[in-house]
Formats: sequence, structure tokens, C-alpha cells
Amino acid sequence: MNIEIKLFGIAKEIVSSSSLNIELDSPYTIHGLRNEVMAKYPAFGDLKSIMVAVNSEYAKDDQQLAASDEVALIPPVSGG
Amino acid sequence: MAHISDESLDVQAVVDLVRSESAGAIDVFIGTVRNSTKGKGVVRLEFESYDIMAIKEMQKIITQAEAKWPVEKMAIYHRKGVLSIGETAVVIAVSTPHRKASFEACQYAIDTLKETVPIWKKEVFKDGEVWVAAHP
Repeated sequence: MNIEIKLFGIAKEIVSSSSLNIELDSPYTIHGLRNEVMAKYPAFGDLKSIMVAVNSEYAKDDQQLAASDEVALIPPVSGG
Repeated sequence: MAHISDESLDVQAVVDLVRSESAGAIDVFIGTVRNSTKGKGVVRLEFESYDIMAIKEMQKIITQAEAKWPVEKMAIYHRKGVLSIGETAVVIAVSTPHRKASFEACQYAIDTLKETVPIWKKEVFKDGEVWVAAHP
């Protein structure tokens, strides 16, 4: 399944784009997605954390993805 | 009331949003752009936001504060884009019947915002730039 991932902040700089397409094998979990992203861009491993949001909510590692989901990488936040 | 703005924040307007006849206190937090970080001169800040999620997360903070304290009204307004030194990055205003709850609810809101709301801040120095808190 092809997943388009929205990128923000330092994630956008690591990939040099505001989105990233990942081809994900079954089972389509957040854990699997994160592994694919890390394999493609090891610089994500240097960050303090990297969360995944599905349909604009923080997602758990074992959560399943559907093709229609809006997916985003959430690097460490620093608002305020 | 949760909002992400491209333009300068009007502190008085945010305060006025939370006025209530049953409130005896309004507490306001204003986050501003500081000219240095760890002794290094900051030229400007650049804020980026995942707007739809940021607003949802700010709304959750308001709902949580309402459950913990007798909040009359709470407003969280955050800037995005390029901000100069001294500019307002965030305004949180909360009204409650008595002052103690408004202090506590306001502190809770800014502390939680910094933990959960998907907004990112880049510090730009004369000789480089860094995404705040990105690396351990």
C-alpha cells in the first residue's frame, strides 16, 4: 500500500520535501511505517522522538493504517 | 476558542474573548520572542504548524482545563510564520470565578501546549539556524 506522509519542521528538512511516499507491506501498522521511514532516512534516528499522526490524532505503534488515512510525521514539538 | 494566525496577535482582543460576568479573574500568558538563547543572539523565529491537528490539540487542552478547573472561558491563540524579536508568539487567556484557578489553568495550558501541540519553532542566528528541541 502506498502512503503519502505529510512532513513538518525538521522532518521536512531531512527529506527536502513537504511530503514523502512510502510503499508499505502488510500488516499496515504505524510501527511498520516508522521502520520504513527510518530505513530510508536514518537521520530520523537522531531526533529526540518521532511520532506519527493519523487523521490529525497521535497514533499508537500497533494502530492499523487504511489507504484513505491522512498520515503525518510529528517531530519533537516546540510551540509556545 | 483555539486559533492559529498568520498575522500579529492582538492581546487585548484575546483577553476580551474570555470576559464573563460570572468571572472574577482573568489570567493571561503572553509568549514573546526572546533575543537570545543560551547566550547566542537570535535574529528571528520561524513557526510552522500542522494547523488542523494543532487546533484539535489546543481544543483538547481547553476541554481538559474545563474539567479540572471552573473555567468560564479559555482562548488559545498561536502565531505561525516569521516573527521578529519582541513579537507575540502565543496568547492564552482564561477566566474563572476566583484567581487561583485562573493562574493554575493558564499554567496548565501553556505547559501542555509545549508538550502536545504540533507547532515547530526554528531559531535563526546570524551564523545558522536550529529547530528547537529536535535533537536530544
